[in-house]
Amino acid sequence: MTQLALVIDLNVCVGCHACVTSCKEWNTSGWAGPMVDHNPYDADPNGTFFNRVQTFEVGEYPATETVHFPKSCLHCEDPPCVPVCPTGASYKREDNGVVLVDYDKCIGCKYCSWSCPYGVRELDEQEKVMKKCTLCIDRITDKSKPESERKPACVLACPTSARLFGDVHDPDSEVSLAIREEGGYQLMPEWGTNPANHYLPRRKTRIKIHEDELQRVDNPLHEEEREETVSVGASIDDVAF
Amino acid sequence: MLDPVTHSDRDLGREEVKNTTCYMCACRCGIRVTLRDGDVRHIEGNPEHPHNKGVICAKGASGIMKQYSPARLTKPLLRKKNAVRGEADFEEISWDRAFQIMEERLSHLRETDPKKFALFTGRDQMQALTGMFAKQFGTPNYSAHGGFCSVNMAAGLIYTIGGSFWEFGGPDLDRSKLFVMIGTAEDHDSNPMKIHLSKFKRNGGRFISINPVRTGYSAIADEWVPIKPGTDGALLLAINHEIIKQGLYDREFLTQYSNAAELVVNDPASDDFGLFHRVEMHIEEGCFDPENKIWWDREIGPIGTHTPGADPLLLGEFELPDENIRVKPAFQLLKDRIDEYTPEWAQAITGIPADTIRRLAHEMGVTARDQRIELPIAWEDCWGNKHNSVKGNPVSFHAMRGLAAHSNGFQTIRALGILMTLLGTIDTPGGFRHKAPFPRPIPPCPKPPKGPEDVQPMTPLNGMPLGWPADPDDLFVDDEGEPVRIDKAFSWEHPLSVHGLMHNVITNAWRGDPYKIDTLLLFMANMAWNSSMNTEKVREMLSDKDEDGEYKIPFIIVCDAFQSETVAYADLVLPDTTYLERHDAMSLLDRPISQFSGPVDSVRIPVVAPKGECKPFQEVLVEMGGRLGLPAFVNEDGSRKYRDYPDLITNFETAPGSGIGFLSGWRGKDGTKSMKGEPNPRQWEMYAKHNCLFHYELPKSYQYMRNWNKGYLEWARAHGMTRYAEPITLHLYSEVLQKFRLAAQGKRQGKQPPDRLRKRVDTYFDPLPFYYQPIEDRLIDTHKYPLHALTQRPMAMYHSWDSQNAWLRQIHLYNYMFINPKTADAGGYGDGDWIWVESPHGKVRCMCRLSNAVEPGTVWTWNAIGKASGAWGLSDNANESQKGFLLNHLISEELPPCEAGSHISNSDPITGQAAWFDVRVRIYKADDSEPKVTYPQFKPMRKVPGQDSKRGKWQAYFAGMLGRKKAGFGEKSK
Repeated sequence: MTQLALVIDLNVCVGCHACVTSCKEWNTSGWAGPMVDHNPYDADPNGTFFNRVQTFEVGEYPATETVHFPKSCLHCEDPPCVPVCPTGASYKREDNGVVLVDYDKCIGCKYCSWSCPYGVRELDEQEKVMKKCTLCIDRITDKSKPESERKPACVLACPTSARLFGDVHDPDSEVSLAIREEGGYQLMPEWGTNPANHYLPRRKTRIKIHEDELQRVDNPLHEEEREETVSVGASIDDVAF
Repeated sequence: MLDPVTHSDRDLGREEVKNTTCYMCACRCGIRVTLRDGDVRHIEGNPEHPHNKGVICAKGASGIMKQYSPARLTKPLLRKKNAVRGEADFEEISWDRAFQIMEERLSHLRETDPKKFALFTGRDQMQALTGMFAKQFGTPNYSAHGGFCSVNMAAGLIYTIGGSFWEFGGPDLDRSKLFVMIGTAEDHDSNPMKIHLSKFKRNGGRFISINPVRTGYSAIADEWVPIKPGTDGALLLAINHEIIKQGLYDREFLTQYSNAAELVVNDPASDDFGLFHRVEMHIEEGCFDPENKIWWDREIGPIGTHTPGADPLLLGEFELPDENIRVKPAFQLLKDRIDEYTPEWAQAITGIPADTIRRLAHEMGVTARDQRIELPIAWEDCWGNKHNSVKGNPVSFHAMRGLAAHSNGFQTIRALGILMTLLGTIDTPGGFRHKAPFPRPIPPCPKPPKGPEDVQPMTPLNGMPLGWPADPDDLFVDDEGEPVRIDKAFSWEHPLSVHGLMHNVITNAWRGDPYKIDTLLLFMANMAWNSSMNTEKVREMLSDKDEDGEYKIPFIIVCDAFQSETVAYADLVLPDTTYLERHDAMSLLDRPISQFSGPVDSVRIPVVAPKGECKPFQEVLVEMGGRLGLPAFVNEDGSRKYRDYPDLITNFETAPGSGIGFLSGWRGKDGTKSMKGEPNPRQWEMYAKHNCLFHYELPKSYQYMRNWNKGYLEWARAHGMTRYAEPITLHLYSEVLQKFRLAAQGKRQGKQPPDRLRKRVDTYFDPLPFYYQPIEDRLIDTHKYPLHALTQRPMAMYHSWDSQNAWLRQIHLYNYMFINPKTADAGGYGDGDWIWVESPHGKVRCMCRLSNAVEPGTVWTWNAIGKASGAWGLSDNANESQKGFLLNHLISEELPPCEAGSHISNSDPITGQAAWFDVRVRIYKADDSEPKVTYPQFKPMRKVPGQDSKRGKWQAYFAGMLGRKKAGFGEKSK
């Protein structure tokens, strides 16, 4: 079975929020829209976002790491939000593993958001239905688009291409390869949700300078040494019998 | 709901897809805009655009909310009779009336004293047009925002290597192995930097970030080196010291391509002291830095530079035979200077351990030397030597405002340019690479006017409003050596102020120093808020009156798309369009989006109709040019020459028959020419068909070593890009600066500084880079104000533009002051506390956020999130005004009185770059009884006529509502 997912590379994510707004832009006018904003121009605006970037610090100065952490529905292989739904609104597609909500069936009871250990569901407070990342289901399945564009909006937008998209069940896919070779990991696997989305960790590149690399015969400073015509005076050659 | 798999998004309405260019920041990425039933449905990156290759950033993807923002101005407005300036009490007027008012006022000024009209613009991307308008009008009082942005970065590097970062050039991250980012915040540039940074890291490159703060790009650096603000110059000089000491410089590169081996007169008694020894030979007419200099050959002694077979020495002191002139190679002078700048010395200043400084130098030097790239590209240098390959030392840099926005920024950036030169990385693979029209001569050819006589009624300005002084005689001063421009640019106070000093215009005009002006036209610059230092006082100046009850700045015109704080201070408001509603040309005559591989220019083409009566500022200029009869805008009989802006772009030529216009692509009658060629009536169409851009891809052999690449330089000259094909020698040693210094010392004929400025010019115009403590630090009590305060621009917002954006403001709603926990502990306040931040000039109350990602001597906040209550279409109690704040209140636009004068700009003494980041502060906890709002607060700004009425509590944007309902999904059917 196909399981579509995102693999997010924290090694290159600069926290620019392109994924956040490109998601909102695509989805507000799409199948999963609108994505409402409460108090859009007043105090305390609060709107629906399927994808958010959290930024946190690790370590004490000066050994500080600043981590940008984009988070959206992880499309769990065993999603706890599905069985708790009393109306069947919350479901996992069989054809591609994407977890969706049917707004027509949703009664806004929030069971699903309580059951989600990742906190990625967003209640639309105006329409009183639960909304969440669809992996841009209406883009990725739209056969009228060229294949290169049948990707989630966040993936196409991401300026550092930190977001990879594909089938994690296909061992030869770009995402499976990245998980295998770059240390991809799941969030909170202990919950048994088997999230399809994975993250790639930070990796450090260092340069080792060896002592002898600073002591070279071709040091250009040597070229500034001028050959002086030296008067040597008497030599053995002058005096020896 | 319908199964999402069973339909296509394009069935939901009438779909149209149009290409244009983004303007949510200054990067100018290509965008593809999808419309549904005429509404903007989706803005995505154009995959066929060389700049952003299909990606888009948070701002770009939020363009819809800019388009439909309730802050938009839609009608021309006139301040009501008797209404007070600053109250935003306007009446709607027609465009006809607005034009009449301007025509009457400006034609009188043009007939009497054109400099009484001042035109200053924000980041407008059309300086080619706005500058031309000013020149044609005859006023020298014009500039864009560069003076308070990053002119040090432009000038410091252009006066050293003939190019600079961002639009002018940048790091070749495709081939670099070590990349050092120093003093760069979250953007500048945005998508292109992100694309390349990611590729670079994935290719195994090492990325070091040197910055007081670790956010954004620095977050993914392999190593973060925290540094005290304003001390980057000390660090760079110490790195240069270590590179030279260890012999890690590229000697061949220095000898051939920089002035390192050129001999400098070293006799302090000589009037030529510090100038290159020049000999008689043929020189190119007008070329500023001709090749009539000499080297000291190991065997022969003095010899012309680049004599075939010569083997010049870089170190030593020599006496020219027969002439009794003592000379030293420039490199020896540099070494002499840098000897004292040891890593231990720099440690005390920068806070970076000496061992780290040495290691940084070793990493740079060893990587440059041992990981050299050689590309099999044949090229020929200016001296006729044929090379079979292009060599590159793969170490690259990027720097921006962190270095620039200090009063020692120019010399700091010179030190960076010299480091890049020592490593042999200028226009080489893996190093720094130029973008056309750079490299340009050092300095570039355009010059400012020379004196008051160049400003005459009914006459275009004699000279360019902005130019590149090459020596003191290029300054724009009167007989006493005093300024002619209102911002005092190109005067002895800031001789190389190549982008002007917009940050001093209002203060100077208010004070009448050097004179009073009549009309100030501000385009897209928020001078009553985040674009001014000393904001509160500047607001007072804008509405201050003289004894006769007249405003000290008699007439203010503001052109903007949004209800900014500055709009409140206008007498006349002109509603501009958004970027989706207009034509624009990002021209090679201004700052194009060229790539390393060759020149690129681009356009915007409207994708939606202007809202209300919005009119692009370009159309205002074309209309006014016609009405005022400015020569370039009218025919010989005085009739209007151009129908509109697109018509001007198509048909304008820099001189009759020159074949050079705003756009370089599809020129010639049938569109078959490029760079030069007759106007093509179908040029816009051609751009529209080709992703709104023209990319001239240079042959590989012209893509590197362009300062000295004969083929490239001849091509550039033949295609009107440069005036000369002479080599552009790197200025390790700056003779340009020395000429100003000699004038200050009274050793040079020609223009002389006023006495009060002699010492200042003598001090700062040092031909060799040096470190000095920021100027304000020496005039205030730094023990009382121990902390540095900075701003950073978030990646999801651009200047003040995006608080009106419903989506982006949810990302950055208000700003905290970020403070290291150790600093906060010592000060007795903690996370979330309300604090007072006080500088010698003012104070703000704001909230503290603890952060380990900032060095303990620095506090910082996001730039331009804080808003004045009621501005930008937000409600009076929006978080931006109640919890957001502006650091600008703490920063003075002028220095405390000092020897150089009592009203000297708080800027770099060489370039006039606003020294935003020099500000020093102290912090203490606010009393618990104080209100929990930021200070200062201002009377809420009222909405202006034509702005949308208050929006509801809910916004549910869905493009083409009808389509959605027809499709029967996406809306809960209860």
